[in-house]
Amino acid sequence: MSNNKLQSNIPEGVLSEKWTRHKAAIKIVSPANKRKLEVIVIGTGLGGASSAASLGELGYNVKVFCIADSPRRAHSIAAQGGINAAKNYQNDNDSVYRLFYDTIKGGDYRSREANVYRLAEVSPLIIDQCVAQGVPFAREYGGLLANRSFGGAQVSRTFYARGQTGQQLLLGAYAALNRQIAHGNVKSYNRREMLDLVMIDGKAKGIIVRNLETGEIERYGAHAVVIASGGYSNVFFLSTNAMNSNGSAIIQCYRRGAFFANPCFAQIHPTCIPVHGEQQSKLTLMSESLRNDGRIWVPKKLEDVEKLRKKQLKPSQIPETDRDYYLERRYPAFGNLVPRDVASRAAKERCDSGFGVNETGLAVFLDFSGAIGIHGRDTIAERYGNLFQMYEKITDTNPYNEPMQIYPAIHYTMGGIWVDYNLMTTIPGLYAIGEANFSDHGGNRLGASALMQGLADGYFVLPYTIGDYLSKEIQTPKTDINHEAFNETENQVKEKINKVLNIKGKQPVDAIHKKLGRIMWEYVGMARNENGLKKAIELIEEVRKEFWADVLVTGENAEFNQELEKALRLECFLDVGKLMAIDALNRKESCGGHLREEMQTEDGETKRDDENYMHVAAWEYKGENETPVLHKEPLVYETVKVSTRNYKD
Amino acid sequence: MKFKLKIWHQKNAKAKGRFETFDIDNISSDTSFLEMLDILNNKLICDGKEPIAFDHDCREGICGMCSLYINGRAHGPDDEITTCQLHMRKFKDGDTIVIEPWRSAAFPVIKDLVVNRHAFDQILQAGGFVSVNTGGVPDGNAIPIAKSDADESMDASACIGCGACVATCKNGSAMLFVAARVSALAKLPQGKVEAAKRAKAMIAKMDELGFGSCTNTQACQAECPKGISIAHIARLNREFLCAKLKD
Repeated sequence: MSNNKLQSNIPEGVLSEKWTRHKAAIKIVSPANKRKLEVIVIGTGLGGASSAASLGELGYNVKVFCIADSPRRAHSIAAQGGINAAKNYQNDNDSVYRLFYDTIKGGDYRSREANVYRLAEVSPLIIDQCVAQGVPFAREYGGLLANRSFGGAQVSRTFYARGQTGQQLLLGAYAALNRQIAHGNVKSYNRREMLDLVMIDGKAKGIIVRNLETGEIERYGAHAVVIASGGYSNVFFLSTNAMNSNGSAIIQCYRRGAFFANPCFAQIHPTCIPVHGEQQSKLTLMSESLRNDGRIWVPKKLEDVEKLRKKQLKPSQIPETDRDYYLERRYPAFGNLVPRDVASRAAKERCDSGFGVNETGLAVFLDFSGAIGIHGRDTIAERYGNLFQMYEKITDTNPYNEPMQIYPAIHYTMGGIWVDYNLMTTIPGLYAIGEANFSDHGGNRLGASALMQGLADGYFVLPYTIGDYLSKEIQTPKTDINHEAFNETENQVKEKINKVLNIKGKQPVDAIHKKLGRIMWEYVGMARNENGLKKAIELIEEVRKEFWADVLVTGENAEFNQELEKALRLECFLDVGKLMAIDALNRKESCGGHLREEMQTEDGETKRDDENYMHVAAWEYKGENETPVLHKEPLVYETVKVSTRNYKD
Repeated sequence: MKFKLKIWHQKNAKAKGRFETFDIDNISSDTSFLEMLDILNNKLICDGKEPIAFDHDCREGICGMCSLYINGRAHGPDDEITTCQLHMRKFKDGDTIVIEPWRSAAFPVIKDLVVNRHAFDQILQAGGFVSVNTGGVPDGNAIPIAKSDADESMDASACIGCGACVATCKNGSAMLFVAARVSALAKLPQGKVEAAKRAKAMIAKMDELGFGSCTNTQACQAECPKGISIAHIARLNREFLCAKLKD
C-alpha cells in the first residue's frame, strides 16, 4: 500500500541528468532573506558539521548541537579506512556509473537509484573540497593522491589518511564549522542533548534539549531542523559505535510522526576484535582496509582448531596446505574483498561449523604474513601502523608476528528516518542526513561509503535542497519559543525525566541495556528467523517493563548526570529494538545484512524476494502501546538491471 | 586482580574536591581501565551511592574524550595511548591507583573527573582553518604535494585534542596543541597562505584563555597519546616570528 505521505520526489528524466535538472528546478533563497532564516542541526559528525558549516557560509543562521564537549568528538572521527570517490585517478576504468552500480549492487537492490546516483555524482567534489581544507590524504611519491581498494569493488577508488580517514575528514569539516562559529553565522551548543522535537502546525519548528552540564531544560526554535545524529547500532549494547552514540533523536522524530525506514537493515562488520568477557563495554573495529593485504582463514582440520584453543599450537605453525582461506575459496573473483555482509556470514558459517580459532570459538584469523613477505614490514606499518598498534594494546598480541583474531560485530545501521530526494522527512521542515537517514545504502553499505554519504549530504546536497523549503518560509517570522507547543513539549520531557528518576529500582541502566543487547544479538543479529523474531518482540516488551519498574538512576536532573543520560537513551533504544524486530519479521526475504534463515540458497547466500519486497518499509508511529503502521515505497529500477548478487566470478 | 582506588571527587565546579578511596576486586587483566571504572560505578549504583563521573566515548583512542590523570601520568602508565586504551595488565595485583582529572586553570572541573575543554575549541576558532567555502575549489590533484610534506602534516594532524599536553605541562601551556594544528596546515600549500596570520591569532587566543607559556620541558611530547613531536613547536615559533616581523 503506498501512501500519499511517501512522495519520494525523484525528478523525472534520465538518471544521469536528474540531479542537474532538479537543482535547476528547485527554488533558492536570496542572501538578504537567508539572514532571516534559522536552521537547527543536531549532531556534529561528518553530516552535521559539514552541513552546519556550509549553511553558515551561505548566510543562514545556524545553531548546531552536540552531546560531547566539542563538535570534534562525534563518532565519524573513528572511521578508519577511507572515503570512496569516482575520480578514476588510477585509470582503472572507474566512473560515476560504476560507483553508483557497485553501491546499488552492494546494497542488494534495496536503495533508490536516483539518490545513489547523486551520491556517486557529487563524490569527486568531496575529495576536492577536503584537499582544499588541508586534509592530509595519503599521497604517492609524485605528489598525487593515493588510493586503495575496499570491499565490493574491483577498482581502487578509496582515498585515505593512514588509518584515520574519518578523523581527518571530520577535522576538516570541524575547521570549516569553527570558521563559521568565529564569523558568528553558526552558534555551537556543546554538551546538549536533544530530548524532543517541537512541532507547530504540523511543521518542525524547534527542539527541547537538556544541558548535560547543568541539567537545565532549554528550548530552541528555527525554520527547519536537520537531524544528523548518526545511527542506532548501540541498541545492541556491544557495538563498534562510541559509547554515547544513540538513536534517540531518530526515535523522538519517529514519535512525532516522521516515518522510520528499513529499521532492520543493520550492518555486521566482519573484522572486529572478538569479545573477551562479560564486562566488555564496546567492540573495536579493525578497518576493512586491512582486507587489502590481510588474508582471512581458519584451519582445515578440526584437530588444529583444538590445539589452537589449548594454545598448543601457534597459527604461524599451521602449514599453508592446512589453511582454509574460505573467502578466496568461495568467492574467487572478489576473494577477501567481498562486501561486509558476505564476509560476516562466511565467518559465522565457519565458526558455527566448529572452526572458530579462540577459546570461545568465535574468531577467525586475519593474516598479514604473506603481505609482509611481499611488501616488507615497513610498508605494512605505513599502511596500517596505527591499527596494528591499537590491536596490540587491546589484545597484547603483536599482529606483525601472529595473525589477528577477528569476528563480526554490529557497526552501522542502513535503516533510518525516511527521507525524500530532498532529504526531507515526512514532517515538513524536518531533514535527516548521513547515517540518520535510510536513503543510500539499501540492505548493506559498502566500505568507505559512510564518509562519502555524510559529506555528500552535508556539503553538496542539503545546502541546495533545504533552500527549496526555506524559500517558502521567508515571510515566516522567527519561531516564538514561548509558543504553547514549546510549553507542552517541554512539560512532557520534564515529566519523563521525573518518572525515570523516581523509579528508584534495583538495576543500573547498563544492566538493563545489556539484557536488551543480548536479545538483539541472539534474535535480531546476523541470522534471523520467524520464531526468534517473535520471541525477541516479547522479550523486548519484558525488558521495557523491567526498565519502567526497576531501573535505578542515581542523582537528580539539575546536575551533570551520566546515569540519567544513559537511561533516557535506553528508553529510546527499547523502541528501536522492537521496531527492528517487527521490520525484520515483516521482511520475509533475505537481502544484504538481513538474513532470514528461511530464505537462503543452498550454499548459504541470501535469497531476495523481489516480487514482494522490492520496497522501502517505512513505519509510522501510532502511539505508545499501538502497533506501528507499515507504508511501502516501491523501488523502481529504471537503469540498473536487477539481478542476483554474485561475487564469485 | 584487586586494587585500591583513590579517586578525585568533586560535586560541581564550585564545590571543593577531595580524594575518596574504593577497593575493587575480581578484575581480569584483560579489562580496560575504563571498564574497571564501569564495574566500580555499577557496584556503587547498586549500593545506592553516586557513581564517579568521567568523560569517555569512542573507547578506541581516537575521539579524545577520555582524560584521566593516573598515578601522576596523563592517560596512565603506558606510552602513546589514551586512557581508554589502557588495560589492567599494566598494573600489579594489589596496586593503589590514584585517579585525578586534568589539572589546568584553562580546564575547570565540571564534576569529579570531567573537565571543560572548551578553550581548545576557542583556540581553533581563532584561526585553525583554511579560509575556503564549500564549492568552487580546484581538483584534488591540481596541486601536487610532496609525500614527505603530506606525511608530516598527517603526523601533526593526528592530534585528538584530549588535553594531555596541557595537563602534563607544569606551566599548563597549550603549545603542543596549537603547534600541531599550525604545523599540520603550514606543511600544505593550501594552508600556507594564511600560516603566519593563523599562528599569531591562535597564540594570542591561547594567551588570552589563561594557558601558560612554553619553557621547553618536553613533557607534552612524552605524554602525547599520538606521539606528536615538539618539532612542531619549533615550526609554530618560526611562523609566529615571521608574522611578528611583518607587523
